Amino acid sequence: MKITVGQDKCCGAGTCVLLAPDVFDQRDEDGIVVLLDEAPPAELHSLVHEAASVCPAAAIAVSS
Amino acid sequence: MSEVDDLPRFPFPVDAALEPPAQWAELRSKCPVAHVKLASGDEATLLTRHEDVKAILSDPRFTRPTPQDNAARVADSEEGGIFNSDMATVIPQHGEAHLTWRRSIGKWFTAKRMNALRPGIAAMAELLIDEMVAKGAPADLKAGLGFPLPVWVICDMLGVPDRDRDRFSHWSDTMLSMTRFTEAEMKAAEQEFGRYMAAHIAAKREQPGDDLLSALITDPEPMPDRTLIATGIGLLIAGHETTANMITKMVAMLLSDRSRWESLLADPSLVRTAVEESLRLDANAGVGMARYLTEEVEISGTVLPRGTTAMCSMAAANRDEDAFARASEMDLGRSPNQHLAFGAGAHACLGQPLARTELQVVLEVLLRKLPSLDLAVPVEDLRRVEGLVVGGLVDLPVRW
Repeated sequence: MKITVGQDKCCGAGTCVLLAPDVFDQRDEDGIVVLLDEAPPAELHSLVHEAASVCPAAAIAVSS
Repeated sequence: MSEVDDLPRFPFPVDAALEPPAQWAELRSKCPVAHVKLASGDEATLLTRHEDVKAILSDPRFTRPTPQDNAARVADSEEGGIFNSDMATVIPQHGEAHLTWRRSIGKWFTAKRMNALRPGIAAMAELLIDEMVAKGAPADLKAGLGFPLPVWVICDMLGVPDRDRDRFSHWSDTMLSMTRFTEAEMKAAEQEFGRYMAAHIAAKREQPGDDLLSALITDPEPMPDRTLIATGIGLLIAGHETTANMITKMVAMLLSDRSRWESLLADPSLVRTAVEESLRLDANAGVGMARYLTEEVEISGTVLPRGTTAMCSMAAANRDEDAFARASEMDLGRSPNQHLAFGAGAHACLGQPLARTELQVVLEVLLRKLPSLDLAVPVEDLRRVEGLVVGGLVDLPVRW
């Protein structure tokens, strides 16, 4: 799994961080997404897929 | 005019408080781009499919109408209510300026901050439930918990006193009117709320506190006062009215078929997905979101001309069988759940992490403290709030 995030698209809703806090974070100064782990372990894959699919700004891309 | 008069009136009337109008399913399958008449009498184009609603809400070219657009008005007043109001010009809606405004607020709503609020929200929920229980059953869960909890949270974040909550509630209801209040009442509420917020901001400037508004005021590049006032009012309205209603509707949905409540008691780890599913199935979410099309766009094979006011019904889209398996069923474990209750794109609800946190915490605390909770009236007796752009229940009588 390889994750990329689009900080220019991100609307700071924090949905990904609430779902997978070990993979995603937000910048303290404006709430924009920060990728902590671009290749997380298998047990987090389903949460990462969920985070990508529910992101309101479609700012998370996942490839296998 | 007669042509507009013949159009179906939107929002559609419904008999049962928790059920969707039949028109949503009909339109999704047969007429995904529908012409409707709003409460103002103006014509709009109603979108009901998940794919279409998401596409328009996510399209960076389009935002809600400004007073200059001559767009369809949502409310039955000269100005057209809050969605057509001047706030659109005071708070930047487009491009970099919108991004800068949004990011200055966004840092106050990060997931980390929301998680830090959890213990405080839980303690407040417990206190309110204890007070409700002390007065005895039956009780109105909206008045006892659903309304005061989010008001307390948002007041604390903004640094405004929650003892003024009845005034906020009156101003907020009036400003969110679709048909209930007169033009003069709506104007008066906006002016009174504006004066209140201006005085509050002036006081914070003298004596800043540890809150969102103080931080915006003392920022090295502060917003103009008009923007600060509109931001404070916007956050206060959005932060209490919608969540207060949603707490009440969520509990009503979960109790209306008590096997749902029992599933949650048996497995509280379902709380997170149950909250999302309640948001998805909220049939009483309000009118939806308006978008003014500044360019022609094709939706479901129909060309919508420039100048169209598109009414996006997120609640109808959230029941689209093409987007959700067994869309009309409440599946407490549904995952992923790509509902549009908070909108989508650059203007998606700013407070959604706060709303989620409040809904999750309140549900966890209710399950723990009042496992025997039940409706005190038949579900048919629940009544909808009428005449506002947001939807809710008038009250929620419960026993335990």
